[in-house]
Amino acid sequence: MTVKLWRFEVSSKPGFQDVHGRAVLADIHECGVSSVQEVMTAKVYLIEADFDEDFARRVGEELLCDPVCQEFVIGRGPIPAGPLPPVILEVHLKSGVTDPVAESVCLALRDMGVQTIAHVRTARKYILLGSLTDEDRDLIIRRVLANDCIEEVIMGADAEPPSPHTRPYEFKLIELPIRDLDDDGLLMLSRQRDLFLNLKEMQTIQDYYRRIGREPTDVELETIAQTWSEHCVHKTLRSSVEFEHDGQLFHFNNLLKETVFKATEELDKPWCISVFSDNAGVIEFDEDSAVCFKVETHNHPSALDPYGGAATGIGGVIRDSMGTGLGARPIANTDIFCFGVPAIPHEKVPKGVLHPRRILKGVVAGVRDYGNRMGIPTVNGAVYFDHRYIANPLVFCGNVGLIPRDKCFKNPQTGQLILVVGGRTGRDGIHGATFSSGQMTHKHEEIFSHAVQIGNAITEKKMLDTLLQARDAGLYEAITDCGAGGLSSAVGEMGASLGAEVDLEKVPLKYSGLSYTEIWISEAQERMVIAVKPENLEAIMKIFAAEDVEATAIGRFTDDKKLTLRYNGIQVGRLEMDFLHEGICKYSRKAVWQTSPAAQVSFPPKDSYNDDLLALLSSYNIASKEWIIRQYDHEVQGGSVGKPLMGAANDGPSDAAVIQPKFNSNRGLVIGCGMNPCYGDLDPYRMALSSIDEAVRNLICTGARWDRIALLDNFCWGDCSRPQTFGSLVRAAQGCYDGAMIFDAPFISGKDSLNNEFVCEDGQYIIIPPTLLISAIGIVEDIHKCITMDLKEPGNLLFIVGLTRNEMGGSHLSRLYGQTGGTVPILNGPAAAETARRLSDAIAEGLVRSCHDCSEGGVAVALAEMAFAGGLGLEVDLQGLPVSDDCLSTEQHLFSESNSRYLVEVSPDTYHAFATRMLDLPFGQIGEVIEQPRLRIRDCRHRLAVDIDLDTLKAAWRKPLAFS
Amino acid sequence: MTNVRAIILRAAGINCDLETQYALELAGAEAQRIHINQVIKKPSLLEDYQLLVLPGGFSYGDDVAAGKILANQILHHLRDAITAFIESGKLILGICNGFQVLIKTGLLPGFSGGRQTSFTLTDNDSGRFEDRWVYLQPGTERCVFLEPGRRIYLPIAHGEGKLAAKDEDSLNKVRQEGYVAFRYVDAHGNPGPFPINPNGSMDSIAALTDSTGRILGLMPHPERFVRWTQHPHWTRLKRTDGRTDGMMIFDNAVRYIREHF
Repeated sequence: MTVKLWRFEVSSKPGFQDVHGRAVLADIHECGVSSVQEVMTAKVYLIEADFDEDFARRVGEELLCDPVCQEFVIGRGPIPAGPLPPVILEVHLKSGVTDPVAESVCLALRDMGVQTIAHVRTARKYILLGSLTDEDRDLIIRRVLANDCIEEVIMGADAEPPSPHTRPYEFKLIELPIRDLDDDGLLMLSRQRDLFLNLKEMQTIQDYYRRIGREPTDVELETIAQTWSEHCVHKTLRSSVEFEHDGQLFHFNNLLKETVFKATEELDKPWCISVFSDNAGVIEFDEDSAVCFKVETHNHPSALDPYGGAATGIGGVIRDSMGTGLGARPIANTDIFCFGVPAIPHEKVPKGVLHPRRILKGVVAGVRDYGNRMGIPTVNGAVYFDHRYIANPLVFCGNVGLIPRDKCFKNPQTGQLILVVGGRTGRDGIHGATFSSGQMTHKHEEIFSHAVQIGNAITEKKMLDTLLQARDAGLYEAITDCGAGGLSSAVGEMGASLGAEVDLEKVPLKYSGLSYTEIWISEAQERMVIAVKPENLEAIMKIFAAEDVEATAIGRFTDDKKLTLRYNGIQVGRLEMDFLHEGICKYSRKAVWQTSPAAQVSFPPKDSYNDDLLALLSSYNIASKEWIIRQYDHEVQGGSVGKPLMGAANDGPSDAAVIQPKFNSNRGLVIGCGMNPCYGDLDPYRMALSSIDEAVRNLICTGARWDRIALLDNFCWGDCSRPQTFGSLVRAAQGCYDGAMIFDAPFISGKDSLNNEFVCEDGQYIIIPPTLLISAIGIVEDIHKCITMDLKEPGNLLFIVGLTRNEMGGSHLSRLYGQTGGTVPILNGPAAAETARRLSDAIAEGLVRSCHDCSEGGVAVALAEMAFAGGLGLEVDLQGLPVSDDCLSTEQHLFSESNSRYLVEVSPDTYHAFATRMLDLPFGQIGEVIEQPRLRIRDCRHRLAVDIDLDTLKAAWRKPLAFS
Repeated sequence: MTNVRAIILRAAGINCDLETQYALELAGAEAQRIHINQVIKKPSLLEDYQLLVLPGGFSYGDDVAAGKILANQILHHLRDAITAFIESGKLILGICNGFQVLIKTGLLPGFSGGRQTSFTLTDNDSGRFEDRWVYLQPGTERCVFLEPGRRIYLPIAHGEGKLAAKDEDSLNKVRQEGYVAFRYVDAHGNPGPFPINPNGSMDSIAALTDSTGRILGLMPHPERFVRWTQHPHWTRLKRTDGRTDGMMIFDNAVRYIREHF
């Protein structure tokens, strides 16, 4: 029988809603196009195979179409007749882009007995009903229907889909002469090849090739560019710095080593197993197990393709855990986002930038689909909004893994085979590492579409399932992920002290046409590299084959300390490992920080603060993130103890997540974060301290031990070649050192993402605020001792521990009133640490019924959250509030965001024991839990400052981000 | 006493297998996680077990439709083995994606001899994946996994959980003839709109059984409530010493097998 192309269209039956069509219609209306009245969608399957019409009907009935809620046609569906003119569009994947659905359909067709399948493709068909203009249509295509990076739109009822076939590759060795170039020539070469290398680096490379007496090949230059990219070596944070701080000069030889790392070194905790050396930081969990934690950013890709960028972001950080030691089992995800303000009108969004709401929805969907499909609970996160994130959204993805103590280190050796496992290699993600190290412009979308990676969670899950079996059977000696830089950085790093040779034609490809260089630098997802002893090859291949996971030996580790690349036996690249990893020139940078005196802030005097409190609860940063949280599976793996939403109606905002990683042990992990970009504009040093304090508070509030907290840093900054910008980063790094020392909490891993700036068409810059994310992970001895933030019982007493100061700088109230001055909260180190220790102990002793961190929006917001989460009222009197001498006004008492404060609910019968534990600390009773569902706050002159019922408070808090 | 042996079927994208194994072990069963490729190679493997569990996850990425590709594999490779399994009086439990597979193989409600004809599980009305806790009211006395009259509380986590019938007749048949294992209700046992019925299921149906009562397919996850600390507001509960609602399902299955084999 001959192969024939069958086209199937599957759509919803009348009476069953077209969920996808409805969502698209809502998005279209959100874009400001009202002319579209209805959207009909269909899934299109194009199957080239050797079956006849009868069998095709069976394929439609039994496989592609749901017999209850869908219908299908073979060929093209009818054009709807009606008064509204239809616009018919089909969205196809560009040739070469992975189509996982097509792969599943192939498998199912084979199960049905089809012998020859030439090709399967899938597409989405849209019929838009309404009198829309061509401009509207193009806008809809661009903003709603298709992602230009990976998809192609064809228009009209009869348009033919693009050819799926790619051209074969013809080998040609490419040399890029560099030895005789002048400075302009070097820079031009860097630009033309998108190397993102500066003149000094290009000169270093030129010197190397002059020394060895030949010209580089293209793959050699690409390898160097990737290895030396900001993304991979963090040259800015590791550079030497001349820092001028308020006129005084300081010198760092290596900024990171003398701040963040230094704290870890000085604290020298025996429970730190592997820090800043592997793909994730590793700490002790119990006698048998360790946990690793890593947080990555995926900012640039998420700006271009929010869904794909976020999905591959989470996919990548999961592989960081899988590639730590000999491979950890991922047990929890975290996600923290920074977006532009969702309410911005479309016409105000800069050209080349997606609307913040589109980015938010796409990013959430990407994390959801990848994380949920991997079966990893997403347990903790945060979202911040600021208009300066509009063009550079920040997407932080974290993963925690569990790993046996005896599998925490790798041991690649000469003679071991290099295997690539998992997904195939395609042209996706080429230049991702270098691209993400540069600045974005309005043209980025067109130029760097190929830098976007495409993820497939199921490929990664299959790979994970088999790798853990192989790990436990001891069948490989080293593992790392193919992240930024692809095979180039994975093999390059693993073989750095040995040497490696790779035969590039052996790498399995998604489609033909890739050059040897593309194979080497592709950032195609879901791939890991492992080192296998030759004698274990057969056994390990059996494990992979049993579950349809592809694995291929592509080379071996040598002892010549050289990286050798061949294509069909011809040498295409040979680099000295030493030059590759140590050859990068040292930088010296200038940084400046000038402290500016805090400007005065003032707020209108008021009789009632009801409106302010409601407005704060409704501000995007404070408002409930339930719409996002519920889309994540936060309970898969069965270890959920402290969920992101808890309380009487399961909707109160938890301070931190608690999970029980091992079924047979009551020991738990507590995971939280702190971030205060609002403070960074005014004082990045205090921002860092405040973020650390917040992360620690979050952990302590749920019952974590105070002496086993580890921290992670993620710096997202603008262009640090500007001394002022870099100066703010230096201040934050100094804050990290001091904060870690204060809390006795070492940093175990970190990452930075610089150049988060955008050049608009008119030349204007949009620069993100200095953004430092602190993630924290801690231990709780017995999860049964954990507590939550919701009020528990009428009659209980409410305390605050910690001093409230006049610190309105960067506060949410200031933001509400457009005030830019004020003092940013300081951190009183000894008091902060002592408070954390005492509270942690009191919670472990069972003296506390609920505890909530006082952060965004101050005491008032925290009180409201505790009350509506517990469904119980509070009678509060601020006369009991411990305050500093300069903290006089009611709005300061209610809304100041001073650090190290905790609200604590204590039952009257443990009052004495609790108070005894808190002696000498600033603490005071400020209220009592009442049955009546109202929050009543009297100020220190006994006037009723706040009086609102809980339903009103909760509704204000829930509404802003409850998207449809 | 009989050794209760359960097989948990793994496949690409299945991800609730470990906690399901733990729940079964807590209930006293020996539980093994086996990849479908192995069972396809040797269908007689199934004979060693009295309980077949299709766990939650995203088999084959929910491609085409949730559970569809795995259902297609089972129908084309394991039809005889599964028929024999059911006819010998053994139990099948499908959780979430497993329920989707049971529906898409036609094993539930089992009206049409191994084809999906009259019921489906499709996109939630909200159009979104949702993780939330729901109350479930038993709707039959036939199903061996549940306790008639005992309302339970479990989490759901799915995007395609809306149960839909092809026509009113099919719906009436499951209603009237005891096929409805659980309905989504509120804390007092009354059906209602979202979020009480979290996905828009017809007649609030959350779970189905077959004519024997020995197959149960349910969207909620019993394996996620086998310890009290998994409860979404366990820190408020007055009592946390009894058996959890999730364990009830596994305990009943194990007890039934002990009594009948």
